[in-house]
Amino acid sequence: MSETMPPLSVTTLKDVRIVEFTNSKILDEANIADIGATLNTLIDERPQPKLLLDFATVEHLSSAALGMLINVNNRVKQKNGQLRLANIGPHILEVFVITKLNKLFRIATTRTEALASYNT
Amino acid sequence: MAGTNHNGKRPSDSGGGKPSLRFTIPSEYAAGRDVQKQILDGVAANGFNDQSTFAIKLALEEALINAIKHGNKLDPKKTVKIAAKVTPKVCEIEIEDQGPGFSRSDVPDPTLEENIEKCSGRGILLIEAYMDKAKWDLGGRRLKMSKKNAPGK
Repeated sequence: MSETMPPLSVTTLKDVRIVEFTNSKILDEANIADIGATLNTLIDERPQPKLLLDFATVEHLSSAALGMLINVNNRVKQKNGQLRLANIGPHILEVFVITKLNKLFRIATTRTEALASYNT
Repeated sequence: MAGTNHNGKRPSDSGGGKPSLRFTIPSEYAAGRDVQKQILDGVAANGFNDQSTFAIKLALEEALINAIKHGNKLDPKKTVKIAAKVTPKVCEIEIEDQGPGFSRSDVPDPTLEENIEKCSGRGILLIEAYMDKAKWDLGGRRLKMSKKNAPGK
């Protein structure tokens, strides 16, 4: 099911690409594929990409979305880049804790905290 | 494609004759989403709290995708049967596919270090974590799960 609004908005602060989800549920298969493709483009454009995913608007996600995020994490790692997740609400954070993915991803409470955590 | 609603008594009936929802859908995500929405409408109408609603939504999403994608392998000739009963106290859901089934004990633990970077295999973990009860029978082709509307659960 295609959305009229693109599922992501991307801004740049210094050398960090900040990605916001513009759809509250990132679980639709087509939506997930779109998001994954856009994130891969952002990873490919820099030798050592710095990516910040802001979850402020995300109210729901599925294991398929987690799979996409793991794929993004693997690709960032392959390029010696840095991935941070921020602003994850309590319901979504619990999903990361149950799956123990809170240990795989670098999760910051706020966007400011995430931005401060990048190694130069 | 919504099925007909029945007032038939179910063995697990505890709510005094509230109608159950029954669906038979093709192996398509859009049909699964329609079922998910109708069951969640029932959950909302019965006043489930945020936590329980989130749990049911997530488990239902994972279970329907498992049935459609991993069970029926998106085969247009195969269908998924869903039955749901929602009362103000509990939501009970059964989902049956026409796939080969699976054995729960053969599914690797996705939280182990050697599996943590794998992109799939978390659906069953989430279903079991978020629902109060989740059990597969008929050789893994049918899932019966339930969630109480209890604060703090």
